[in-house]
Amino acid sequence: MPVSAKSAAARPRVGLFVTCLVDLFRPSVGFAAVRLLEQAGCEVDVPARQTCCGQPAYNSGDRASARALARQTVAAFEAHDYVVAPSGSCAGMLRLHYPELLASDPAWRERAAAFAGKVHELVSFLVDVRGLAAVAARLPARATYHDSCSGLRELGVRDQPRKLLRTVEGLELVELADADVCCGFGGTFSVKYPDISNAIVERKTEQVAASKADLLLAGDLGCLMNMAGKLSRQGRRIAVRHVAEVLAGELADPPIGEGRP
Amino acid sequence: MTGADERREAVIFKIRKALGTYDSAPRRAAVAGRLAAPPPPLVPERAKRRRDELRSLFRRFLEGQSATVVEAAGAAEVPAAIGRYLRSANLPLRVRVGDDAYLDRLPWASEPALERRRGRAEAEDEVGLSRATVAVAETGTLVLASGADNPVTVTFLPETSVVVVREEDLVGGYEGAWERIRARFGAGAMPRTVNFVSGPSRSADIGGQLVMGAHGPRRLCVILVRG
Amino acid sequence: MSAVTSPAFRDNARAALGDRQLQRALAEVPRGLAARRSAARADLPEFEALREAGRAIKDHTLAHLDLYLEAFEKKARAAGSQVHFAPTAEDARAIVRDICRQAGARVVTKGKSMISEEIGLNQALEADGIEVVETDLGEYLIQIRGETPSHIIAPAIHLTQDQVEADFRRLHTGLPADRQLAEPAQLVAEARQVLRGRFLAADVGITGANFMIAETGSTVIVTNEGNGDLTQSLPRVHVVLASIEKMVPTLEDVDTLIRLLARSATGQEISTYTTFSTGPRRAGDPDGPEACHIVILDNGRSELLGGPFREVLRCIRCGACMNHCPVYGAIGGHAYGWVYPGPIGSVLTPALIGVRQARHLPNASTFCGRCEEVCPMKIPLPGLMRHWREAEFDARATPLLYRLGLAAWAAAARRPRLYHALARLLMPALGALGRRRGAFRRLPLLGGWTRHRDLAAPQGRTFQALWADTRAGVPR
Repeated sequence: MPVSAKSAAARPRVGLFVTCLVDLFRPSVGFAAVRLLEQAGCEVDVPARQTCCGQPAYNSGDRASARALARQTVAAFEAHDYVVAPSGSCAGMLRLHYPELLASDPAWRERAAAFAGKVHELVSFLVDVRGLAAVAARLPARATYHDSCSGLRELGVRDQPRKLLRTVEGLELVELADADVCCGFGGTFSVKYPDISNAIVERKTEQVAASKADLLLAGDLGCLMNMAGKLSRQGRRIAVRHVAEVLAGELADPPIGEGRP
Repeated sequence: MTGADERREAVIFKIRKALGTYDSAPRRAAVAGRLAAPPPPLVPERAKRRRDELRSLFRRFLEGQSATVVEAAGAAEVPAAIGRYLRSANLPLRVRVGDDAYLDRLPWASEPALERRRGRAEAEDEVGLSRATVAVAETGTLVLASGADNPVTVTFLPETSVVVVREEDLVGGYEGAWERIRARFGAGAMPRTVNFVSGPSRSADIGGQLVMGAHGPRRLCVILVRG
Repeated sequence: MSAVTSPAFRDNARAALGDRQLQRALAEVPRGLAARRSAARADLPEFEALREAGRAIKDHTLAHLDLYLEAFEKKARAAGSQVHFAPTAEDARAIVRDICRQAGARVVTKGKSMISEEIGLNQALEADGIEVVETDLGEYLIQIRGETPSHIIAPAIHLTQDQVEADFRRLHTGLPADRQLAEPAQLVAEARQVLRGRFLAADVGITGANFMIAETGSTVIVTNEGNGDLTQSLPRVHVVLASIEKMVPTLEDVDTLIRLLARSATGQEISTYTTFSTGPRRAGDPDGPEACHIVILDNGRSELLGGPFREVLRCIRCGACMNHCPVYGAIGGHAYGWVYPGPIGSVLTPALIGVRQARHLPNASTFCGRCEEVCPMKIPLPGLMRHWREAEFDARATPLLYRLGLAAWAAAARRPRLYHALARLLMPALGALGRRRGAFRRLPLLGGWTRHRDLAAPQGRTFQALWADTRAGVPR
């Protein structure tokens, strides 16, 4: 719940849920998120007592660990007006699954529900809540966009990234065939059943190549690392970035999986 | 208790145990109430259109399924329409038909060469002639009720099925069919078989290619009687 | 019971991934069906509302299943059917064998029935010396090869035309050897001819049931071929195999479900033949079976009613979930190792044969959610698969190495200071190692990933470390 409705509207206090993958592997996505949120008139805070949303435990059947991480996360973000994550799957976990995980705990039920109401995926937050209609970025490239499953199906993230990408100067956006079909990451699935995961990501990279794009974008770093890793192993020269990097013009670092020459 | 009774009790008991319930008066009332007065089903808008649109839908769906639809101006034209169809398809002028009174009363004299054989269909019959109780526009579906007037084998055994249906029996949605069936057979009662037929028999199981005539009729000709 | 190979899921999947013919079929068929479903849904504005209505009908029925079964039984008996309850697969087999014995059956024709697969009926009847003939074309094609179905509505999608031709030439002796069988139409015509003979020779016809209707005591089957109708009308005896959850209260309720079924399965407005059967032939009927037996099977479903898996009993067997599943699309149906493949199989199989044998099935999912999105009955399939993973975890049946890895991760994540301190040490080191190339081709402990993919190197310092610097005024 906003600390004060008036101040929330004016300059809301957004807690950035960094996500473990962004924190550990690709901080530039986090900085891109901060830049975009500030452009949208938000004050951004990054609580230190955040680590993982608990999805690996939750999806492996370890509800106890998932609950512990849920409590930790809820507690870390109670002072914020919004909680924004540059990831559909983490935002989905926080928004849809935390309330269910903590529903039977009388001490946490209300807090989890209140918390969940504040959670948003980054790009949908910018467009749907902050009313952002365009970005000031520039990138001459032909890009295509993959819809990460959780963002799409749990949170309805589909039109918002495309809308903003179309305002990036010089960027040609081509549609990806079967953009809404899974890339085969599925978190621990990719290492539990690697051969099946590989078959799925191979289909995906065929379609990425067929789109003739030279840049692949999505809103979830797990999906992106999966697809980038496959494209790289296939020797395909298609750059892969998080959509936030392009929208924020945060392009100083090489694309995912590419080295510094 | 016989073995069969024991098995019956076992299944019912397990269900009740799992549901955490028993045979109670309120539950019985809920079931009886719902069976007696079911909530109105969600009928698609397309089933509620005007008559001429319904006729058009009916025809379009059937033709889309590779059935032939012939409109006869009146009952008097039907035998000729059947004769024409059989000749155009190079089929013998011989049909197997049930005791349907409406079909019986048609002016068969107008097609003297057309032979009708009565009763259930036999393996050698090449053309079956049936009458549908109802035509449903929402998906181009014929509703046939089994009986001496309309043996099921006549609809399914021969390679060609000709089905006559009156336009006054055209309804928008499946619910209209059940109204007629209930009116004819009584509430909660059914003939041995009610067949919804929406085209000729087909299969795509071999090579993914659609082929007509996998067991049921290869050809379906629907004669819609106007007037 | 039909043979179970679900414990060998990994091997099955590997074989499937290497099967070129299967992969060709999987590249086309499910996608085609998914596209057609999408078109059919777009054509019917009421589609989403119908899903909700269908869910409500099934939920109400399941909550009163005992009473609806009793009501159905009463009506069915009044129409002249004999109704048999079968608590177990063994009971069902015994009942059907008994019916066949009493009828002096030598030839039995069958319409498509997943239940008959589940209880291993064909083998039982064949052991009694009965010739069992599958009449659904796809089922026939796999029966003559001794195979099992790989999809619940398109059982033979893994077969090529050439394979079918070879099988027909091998089996249909008595037909001229020089006959043409190059076209699907010719193959279908031959199957029609051969099976017509069996239809007419059958003593007993066995069909499944998509629905049982309490209002009238009727059972409903749905086919495009018409084989179900010939199976049930021509022999002296008709046997219906139905599981308890097929129950539906009224004819209008079936309308709602019919409006969803074919559209979800193949994108058709309705299947070519939807048949409502009520009892044996009546006085005056010139055709139809003299006796009608309805065998109602439990086999573990009643237990599901009381637990977290109840919603899976809403399934109407459309196959949409597997048509949209990326895992099914990669490995096909046989890999699942039993009767029910795809997402529905991943939830139902552990329920019916136990999570120990079927543990891989609910685990081999990315939780992409497409199955739940397209299920006409709104079954929360990923959530139910997660329940199975929880049951497995609570039973300490999750593989040890995996449990340890998860426990280590969770232990660190629950201690933010320790987590971030470790990260500050590890990530820059890893980043430095991978900086030049940008990715790793191989990494210890992550062989599962790097077998097929490179792993992007971390950028180096963590976001939290860099953020702390920016807060302290240190430029990036």
